[in-house]
Amino acid sequence: MRMMSRRISLYLLTAVVAITVNFFIPRLMPGNPALAVLGRVQAQESPQAIAALEVQYGVQTKTGLWGQYIHYWAQLLHGNLGTSLNSYPASVDSLIRAALPWTIGLVGIATVISFVLGTLLGVAAAWRRGSWLDGLLPAMTFFQAAPYFFVAILAVALFSTKLGWFPPNSGYDTTTLNPGFNWPFISNVIDHAMLPAVTIVVASIAGWIIGMRNMMITTMDEDYVLLAQAKGLPSHRVVSYAARNALLPSVAGFSLAIGFIVSGALLTEIVFSYPGVGYLLFTAIGSDDYPLLQGIFLIITLAVLLANLAADFVYAFLDPRTRQEA
Amino acid sequence: MSGTEVVIEVRGLCVDYGFGDDAVHAVVDADLELRRGEVLGLAGESGSGKSTLAYAITRLLRPPGVIAAGSARFAVPVNAGPVNAGPVNLLTAGQRELRGLRWNEIAVVLQSSMNALNPVLSIGTQFSDVLRAHRPDMRHADRQARSGELLEMVGIPADRLGSYPHELSGGMRQRVMIATALALDPSVVIMDEPTTALDVVTQREILEELMALRDRLGFAVLFISHDLSLLIEIADSIAVMYAGRLVERAGASAIFRAPRHPYSLGLLSSFPALHGPHQTMEGIPGSPPDLRNIPSGCPFHPRCGYAFDRCRTDPPPLLDLEAGTRAAACWLQDGRKDVPAELARPAPAAAPAPAPVPAPAAGPDPVAGPDPVAGPDPVAGPVSAPASTAPTGGRA
Amino acid sequence: MRRLLRSPKVVIGLCLSGVFGLLAIIGPLLAPYNPNTSVSTTVSIAQPPSAAHLLGTTQVQQDVLSQLLVGGRSTILVALVAGAAPTVLAVLFGVTAGYFGSWGDDLLSMLANIFLVLPALPLLIVIFGFLGKGANPNDALIGVIIAITGWAFGARQMRVQTLSMRSRDFVDSARIIGEKSWRIMTFEILPNLIPVVATSFLFTVIYGVGTYTALSFLGVISTSHWSWGTMLYWAQSAQAAQQVHLEWWWFVPPGLAVGLFGTGLALLNFGIDEYVNPRLRGSREGGLSGRRARQAGLPRRPQLGLTPVVRAGG
Repeated sequence: MRMMSRRISLYLLTAVVAITVNFFIPRLMPGNPALAVLGRVQAQESPQAIAALEVQYGVQTKTGLWGQYIHYWAQLLHGNLGTSLNSYPASVDSLIRAALPWTIGLVGIATVISFVLGTLLGVAAAWRRGSWLDGLLPAMTFFQAAPYFFVAILAVALFSTKLGWFPPNSGYDTTTLNPGFNWPFISNVIDHAMLPAVTIVVASIAGWIIGMRNMMITTMDEDYVLLAQAKGLPSHRVVSYAARNALLPSVAGFSLAIGFIVSGALLTEIVFSYPGVGYLLFTAIGSDDYPLLQGIFLIITLAVLLANLAADFVYAFLDPRTRQEA
Repeated sequence: MSGTEVVIEVRGLCVDYGFGDDAVHAVVDADLELRRGEVLGLAGESGSGKSTLAYAITRLLRPPGVIAAGSARFAVPVNAGPVNAGPVNLLTAGQRELRGLRWNEIAVVLQSSMNALNPVLSIGTQFSDVLRAHRPDMRHADRQARSGELLEMVGIPADRLGSYPHELSGGMRQRVMIATALALDPSVVIMDEPTTALDVVTQREILEELMALRDRLGFAVLFISHDLSLLIEIADSIAVMYAGRLVERAGASAIFRAPRHPYSLGLLSSFPALHGPHQTMEGIPGSPPDLRNIPSGCPFHPRCGYAFDRCRTDPPPLLDLEAGTRAAACWLQDGRKDVPAELARPAPAAAPAPAPVPAPAAGPDPVAGPDPVAGPDPVAGPVSAPASTAPTGGRA
Repeated sequence: MRRLLRSPKVVIGLCLSGVFGLLAIIGPLLAPYNPNTSVSTTVSIAQPPSAAHLLGTTQVQQDVLSQLLVGGRSTILVALVAGAAPTVLAVLFGVTAGYFGSWGDDLLSMLANIFLVLPALPLLIVIFGFLGKGANPNDALIGVIIAITGWAFGARQMRVQTLSMRSRDFVDSARIIGEKSWRIMTFEILPNLIPVVATSFLFTVIYGVGTYTALSFLGVISTSHWSWGTMLYWAQSAQAAQQVHLEWWWFVPPGLAVGLFGTGLALLNFGIDEYVNPRLRGSREGGLSGRRARQAGLPRRPQLGLTPVVRAGG
């Protein structure tokens, strides 16, 4: 468990760094954007709101930098991420809470599908080298290099505008339906989620396929795989001997990939106007809604860290060598 | 030799790496016989082709290995599971036939045990896989029991079934490999330098356990090693390979007391005897040839102290000597030339069917040890005083 | 080196990268129009490709081809800076940390791990967001800022490779002779790291292109600064893909350009990978493929555990 505790402390440290960076950036940028923000807002809002903002951005306060930092942490630990400028008086965390389930649902499911499918295809490509699967690789490479949102745009152009199979945007048909646990709503949600999900899967699967294929090829050279054949084990068992071992670097690489996948997914949401965190981010950028921007950064960072932790648990479960105490 | 049944018969085996004009000939025209219950040692330097030969027989050679010619007949005993009794040519057998024979009848023990065990599965699971593949009728409880039995057989407590390979020491892992090999009571076990990676003490222990198991279960062993002294102790007969060819084949003590091929002679003078007078260590000048550039004629001739003209032009075939009890690939032995004294020492009389090596013994003393021959050899004179039979280093 | 050029992946990769490299240099000179000028103020629908405009126009009648060429230089330049700077840093820090070990190594590993885990795009969004859309940073500066997030991957790779090489005999012997540390690192270790450095550089450039394009697409980086990402931003704003008449000439070229550029680099990377790790090469080993082998009865794909036997054997 020593490995796990080391990973956990890394994540905690990263979280602290992220929060600290989040605190310092507004204060470090040229032209003090905080002042600009406040200038814009002065006319519309109540003195209390303005005072709160001033405290948040450290303008005209008598407390020093350290005091502000402590106050910032206090706010965070109370779950207070500030108030949105654009959607005043909505609080940042209420906005994020409304958008988060959409993103988690979409990204979570798409990532799982991509990983599972990609790994299986990678195993197949390695086991049957020289088959048609090898021809897939160049196409896969292109999709991996092309930006997520470009694939999204292509998907919209082809499947929605040209073929009319799927709706081009939104999470569900806001004009005709109300959210609820009824089939019409759920099927509509699925209908709207298809294209974004397919986009994420197509754009990210190449990495898994190629990575797994290369690892399998290296693993199949190991003696225990040859011995498995020598033992007369059925083919699927021999493949699994190799695959169980080749999987480990993939899972380890998952931590690295999750950051990219999340970023890509956020961009995909923008193309589809999908009501998730990505779209929220886009509107925040467009309207200079700094508190919202910072709040989203924190939430995304925390989500990525949690996903990393989960991946580490899975790795420890799969590889008995890590369970040894040093 | 004696009349025990031949279990694996290899004839004219040629193995190449690659195909076409650039192919490297790793094994050329090999003939071998492995008899039931016998230990056959395959000796040679690295690159001599001994491992290639063994893997080729079992079709486990990795690409780009190709079997270019030859046959390897395996005598399938009655009641050997899904495969019919009778001789099977392993080199032409199909996937299903091979799978039926593999491990059931022919098992393999590899050199590096760390790489040979799947690191993410427990030992119990790996035993279980083998049992499940070949004995589908066994229930889970029976499999567990049998796995425990196998571990105990090699001296490991059965409660280690749940351990992972990295939790065991090198010696224990090698024992697990041996236990796995014996799981289905095979008739042949092929061992590729199984103890080379271990320290001497563990090496001795494992070899003794192995021989004891052999006595108990009666399987034949093809034992590959570069250590000729080791083979002389444990093998019944030995085949020596050089540059992909078999150069000598004889009983263990025959090769030790009376080698017929200059290479075997050279190998024997490369290690000292524990007893007897001091000798100068000789070794063999030069180094083994690159298989892509084998010398013409006899491949050993550049390093051979007895080479003459014919050796440089004609490759010698494996000639039968002494009424077929042994063979050597050397022109000196074809009867036309006088054989130098070192290569014509009196051979020990033909031994009866391989005598079981007493298990706890420290192994036969190479010099004075238990000679299977009881009395004087009628052909070569009394095999007497140890001094005269010790390899004399006195000659030039 | 010649063996490297024999792989089709490397050749295609080199060609693609070369084309784009050329584009970066002479692109803006080839542009027929100023990408900012609207050719006409009366028409408000994007025009499909025609003789006057090879790639058509945007909704506000700007020439797409010109935007592509001018934007190309910016995109590629930023990507190169975003690839080169981290690689230099990675080599510097990674090799030093791997070689000397102890607390410097621990510190570097910790820093690298933090930056690896921290999601790059959100961080960059915050940084650029506060930098302000009014400020028009030049390409090099953008590249350097992106580099802040991209150095960790390469550094970790360098460190791991250096660690494994440090215990090798040739380094030991150099140390025993008394060679100075920096000489050992530069002349003994570094030459062996060249393939790793190359792949790391290419990988980071791909990362740079993707990140820069994403940031431009989001509108975080000034939208008057032309790049392929910016083109996609404007295309998306005008809903080019959702229009019934599908203004494909607007969004396909920039996206395709990014994709092809990335693919070229990735293929180069694969080529280098295969060169370094011969097992990954195609199954054309030892002449086992080919017609003669087929005629002799050898299977096209040798199966593990089933050594092929030449037909008509003994």
